[in-house]
Amino acid sequence: MVQISPYTFSAIGIAISIGVSVLGAAWGIYITGSSLIGAAIKAPRITSKNLISVIFCEAVAIYGVIVAIILQTKLESVPASKMYAPESLRAGYAIFASGIIVGFANLVCGLCVGIIGSSCALSDAQNSSLFVKILVIEIFGSALGLFGVIVGIIMSAQATWPAKTA
Amino acid sequence: MYGFEALTFNIHGGYLEAVVRGHRSSLLTASDYNNLCQCETLDDIKMHLSATEYGPYLQNEPSPLHTTTIVEKCTLKLVDEYKHMLCQATEPLSTFLEYITYGHMIDNVVLIVTGTLHERDVQELLEKCHPLGMFDSIASLAVAQNMRELYRLVLVDTPLAPYFSECITSEDLDDMNIEIMRNTLYKAYLEDFYKFCKKLGGATAEIMTDLLAFEADKRAVNITINSIGTELTRDDRKKLYSNFGLLYPYGHEELAVCEDVDQVRGALEKYPAYQSIFAKLSYGESQMLDKAFYEEEVKRLCLAFEQQFHYGVFFAYMRLREQEIRNLMWISECVAQNQKSRVHDSVVFIF
Repeated sequence: MVQISPYTFSAIGIAISIGVSVLGAAWGIYITGSSLIGAAIKAPRITSKNLISVIFCEAVAIYGVIVAIILQTKLESVPASKMYAPESLRAGYAIFASGIIVGFANLVCGLCVGIIGSSCALSDAQNSSLFVKILVIEIFGSALGLFGVIVGIIMSAQATWPAKTA
Repeated sequence: MYGFEALTFNIHGGYLEAVVRGHRSSLLTASDYNNLCQCETLDDIKMHLSATEYGPYLQNEPSPLHTTTIVEKCTLKLVDEYKHMLCQATEPLSTFLEYITYGHMIDNVVLIVTGTLHERDVQELLEKCHPLGMFDSIASLAVAQNMRELYRLVLVDTPLAPYFSECITSEDLDDMNIEIMRNTLYKAYLEDFYKFCKKLGGATAEIMTDLLAFEADKRAVNITINSIGTELTRDDRKKLYSNFGLLYPYGHEELAVCEDVDQVRGALEKYPAYQSIFAKLSYGESQMLDKAFYEEEVKRLCLAFEQQFHYGVFFAYMRLREQEIRNLMWISECVAQNQKSRVHDSVVFIF
C-alpha cells in the first residue's frame, strides 16, 4: 500500500466524485423522464410541474462537480523525499475517501430521486392533489446527496500536505 | 432480483407503462354508468359516450344505432390502443402483449369451426371474430374437415400451434368435441402463459401468477357447472382443469365428482378466497355466479395497478377494458329491449 503514490489516490478520488455522481444523476433522470413523457400524453398539465424531479436529479450532478473542484484545489506538490511521509499519505487518503463518499452518496441519491420522480409523475397524472405530497418525499431523498457532500467537504478540509521546506 | 426492478424497468418499459396508466384513467366510472343506466334510447347512450373517450369512435355512426355497432366501435378503440402499445414494445414486453391476445385467437378459431359445421358463410363469420384475435390465414379455417387438416393447413403457422398437441386425439368435429377442444386449447394457453410469466420473474411473476391462478380456478368452476348433466365423464372433466392455481390439485379432485351446484359450493367453501364469492349467492342459485366472479376479478385487476415497474398493468388494463365493453353491451341490450329494470343485474362497476 505504501508504494502507491498518494497522488494516485487523490486523482482516483476526484474522478470517482464527479464520475459516479453524474452516473447517478443520469440514471435518475432517465427513470423519471420516460415515465413523465408517457404520462404527459393523457395529462399534459403535469409536464411543467414535474420538471422539478428532473431538476433535483440534476442537482446531484452539480454537487459532484462542486466537490471535485474543491478537491482538486487541495492538491499540492510535495518534494519527492516527502512523498511517502505519513502526512502526505494521510492527505492522499483523505481526498480519496472524500471522493468516494460524495460519488456513491450521489449515486444512490440520484437513483432515489429518479424512482420517486417517476411515481410522482404517474400519480400526478391521475390525481393532481398528490403532487405536493410526493414532492416532500423527494426532498427528503435529495437530502441524502447533501449529507454526502457535507461529509466529503469536512473530510477534505483536513487534507494538509507536509510543508515544502524541510 | 425482486425489489430492484425500479432500477432498470424504465429503460424499455417506462414509457409504455405510463401510457397504459393514462389509458386506465379513462375507464368509465360509477357516475358514468349511472348516467348510462338512465338512458331511454340508444341515441342517449351515444350522446353520453361522446363525452367520454369513446366520442371520436361513435360520432360518425348514423342513427338508428344497433347495439352491435356500439360494441364494435368500443372494441375498435381497445384494438387501436393495443396496437399502438404493441408496436412500441420491445422484448419481452412484446411477447407478453401477444400472449394476452391468444385467448381471443382461440375463441375465433372455435367460432369459425363451429360456424362452418353449421354451414354459415365464411365472410359472415369473419365479421363476428374478435379483432384482437385475428391472424393471417384465419379464413382458410373454413376449409378443414377434421382436426388433422385443421392443424396441418392452418394452425401450424400460428402461435397456437404448440397448444394443439393435446387435442389432436379426436378426429371428427362435432359440437361436443369442439367445446372440449376450446377448453383444452385454453388450458394449454394458460399453462404456457403461466410458465412465461414465471420465467420473467420479479414483480411481474408474482402479480401475473396470482391473476392467472384466479382465471384458471374460475374456468375450472365454470367447466364443472356447465358440464353437470352432460355426458362428459369425470376423467374428461379433470383433464380440462389447468395444473396450477389455488384449486390444484385437491380442489380439482373434489370438483371432478360434483353433480350439482351445491356440491360445487361445498367444494369451494374450503378456500377462503372463493368462499366470499359463494357467500353472495343463496343456495341453489347459479345465475349470479358469473357476476360474482367478475366482481372479484375486477377487484384483483385494480390491485395490480398498485405496484409500479411490472407488466401486470398491461394485462389488467386489457381485462378491465373488456369488462367495460361487456358492461356497455349489457346496458345497450337492456335499453334496446326496454328491460331497464334488469340493467343492474350484470353491470360490474370498476370504480
